[in-house]
Amino acid sequence: MKRLLLAGVCAFAASLLATSSHAQGTVKIGVILPYSGQFADAATQMDDGIKLYLKQHGNKLGGKNVELIRKDTGGIAPPVAKRLAQELVTRDNVDILAGFALTPNALAAADVSAEAKKFMVDMNAATAIVTTKSPYMARTSLTVPQLIQTLGTWAEKHGLNKAYTMVTDYGPGIDAEGAFQKGFKEAGGDIVGSVRMAVQNPDFTAYVQRAKDLNPQGIFVMIPGGAQPGAFGKALAEVGINPKKTEVMGQLEIADEHALASMGDIALGIITAGHYDYNHHSKLNEEFVKAYNEDFKRNPDFFSIGAYDGMHLIDIALQKSGGKTDGESLIAAAKGASWESPRGPISIDPETRDIIQTVYIRKVEKVGGKLVNVEIASIPNVKDPVKAAMKK
Amino acid sequence: MLPPVFGVLFDGLAYGMLLFLLSVGQSVTLGMMNFINLAHCSFAMLGGYVTVVLMSSYGWPFFATLPCAFIAAALVSVGFERAFFRRLYRASDLDQVLLTIGIVFISVAVAAYIFGTEQRPLQLPAYLRSSLTFMGVRFAVYRLILIGLALLITLALVLGLDYTRFGARVRAAVDNERMARGLGIDVDRTFAITFALGSGLAGLGGALAIEIIGLDPSFALTYLVYVLIVVSVGGLGSISGSFAAAIVLGISDVAGKYYIPQLGAFLIYLVMIGLLMWRPLGLIGRR
Repeated sequence: MKRLLLAGVCAFAASLLATSSHAQGTVKIGVILPYSGQFADAATQMDDGIKLYLKQHGNKLGGKNVELIRKDTGGIAPPVAKRLAQELVTRDNVDILAGFALTPNALAAADVSAEAKKFMVDMNAATAIVTTKSPYMARTSLTVPQLIQTLGTWAEKHGLNKAYTMVTDYGPGIDAEGAFQKGFKEAGGDIVGSVRMAVQNPDFTAYVQRAKDLNPQGIFVMIPGGAQPGAFGKALAEVGINPKKTEVMGQLEIADEHALASMGDIALGIITAGHYDYNHHSKLNEEFVKAYNEDFKRNPDFFSIGAYDGMHLIDIALQKSGGKTDGESLIAAAKGASWESPRGPISIDPETRDIIQTVYIRKVEKVGGKLVNVEIASIPNVKDPVKAAMKK
Repeated sequence: MLPPVFGVLFDGLAYGMLLFLLSVGQSVTLGMMNFINLAHCSFAMLGGYVTVVLMSSYGWPFFATLPCAFIAAALVSVGFERAFFRRLYRASDLDQVLLTIGIVFISVAVAAYIFGTEQRPLQLPAYLRSSLTFMGVRFAVYRLILIGLALLITLALVLGLDYTRFGARVRAAVDNERMARGLGIDVDRTFAITFALGSGLAGLGGALAIEIIGLDPSFALTYLVYVLIVVSVGGLGSISGSFAAAIVLGISDVAGKYYIPQLGAFLIYLVMIGLLMWRPLGLIGRR
């Protein structure tokens, strides 16, 4: 009898749990990020972007309460990301998959999104093809070619004819090498040489020395964020390349806040293409940076903004779908969504589900004794050029 | 004017010295004491954080922070040695590896908790970041300092271990512990001091290395591979072996990246495999 009673209580409790999680007013979001390991900082910044958006909106998206379930991939681990996505969908019954700092993990989880018909928001992974892997996926970060091909074209039009490219030998590096060379050559420029550098590379002097010996007018560099930009800057200083004389160009990581702090004045003159910087001048961004600093005691970066806007997109999609949480309704609602982000006006391309945004060309300058990225040009409404070329 | 090959040799030598400074402590603990301490780079990371925090939060000059990095790593390591490591001196390799790799993971998490997950930049004064030009080849000041310090440390260690009473005790305790005890040597204390010395050197190496290789919580794992390569290629139990290995590896790495960048990342491993096939005990291996 006792046992029967216990079973009854358990069943009742279980049914309570089940109904509470499926109650009308709750949406479950599975967040997959590399919370531990080498890429933990990206995950921290993205998680903080998510937290801030939820806090500012009373923990509600599209009128529904939000329940986040966080999963840690521990780094580049596609099989782990796939398993976590499966668990989130089958065991935790999440409605939406979100996060994704790294391309390999995003690609793996995309299969789950496609099969289970779950809305997936890629908040960072920046390889162009990621969004093609699931028809239920949208992206709120960037694509590497979006920034870099734009940079290549811009550089040629601004008086650079001969450039050397240095990229790290990994996915985004190779993407960037192709994109820069394409943009630069189509505009009429000439690539005088290129090198692919080791992924684990604590010291850049040998590569930089080689670039210097070729004496190019400009150097394009694409390396992962973290420790490497600082090391690269120091190599520039030691070898004696001055970014004020030889144009040094790259994607925003090489001149982010920490990179600039560790490079010091040698960074002056470095030109980067980026979609977000905490110094971007707009009222919205000033408020965003202030709120972010209050909560997390540091400045947001492009990881934070990708995640923040990712939550914004989920918010918009849930509002438009009228609270429906199935993949079909949400992706239909997300297509064409457009809003004002702290980085500027952005929208989701209805055809490719990828982000359309302004690309800023910035130059490192000293403002009030501090090294910052100053916007010197902006190219509005840039689509991902890779998918545009795939269509042709 | 000297041809560019001298620039490459200098950079390679400096990079080798950087590797050496990071690994010399390991060559004491693993090489001399025969204890597989994978947590070596955790102590190096600790030294790095001590330097960064003292410089950025308390405004200490860089050189004043170096002894603190040494002492902090040495003191913490003695705590660990007394509490954990000494129980495993005679345990199997696997036990030692499991314990110390566990400590590595814990140290990564603790560092992320205390210092945050982001890069902690080091702001050195401008004169340390400049370079001198001599006969058309440039010599970075900081790298010259690295080379000088590495030479000093090698000399001090080799002389200290070979010619002092303490060095003789360490060697005796490692070679035949029972006999050493029988002769009245306080083996426990000798080991504790040797371990502290090795870890202190790790702390110092970490503090010196972060200017070039950066510092974040994954430091403890990222550079472990290089340390193990240097020690194994150099040969267990030999400080000068590690020194020679670091030079060979540093120069081949930099020269490889300069002349054959396609091979860049692999050359250091190819050199390691080649050297170990030629001399399985390491360049100057004693066992």
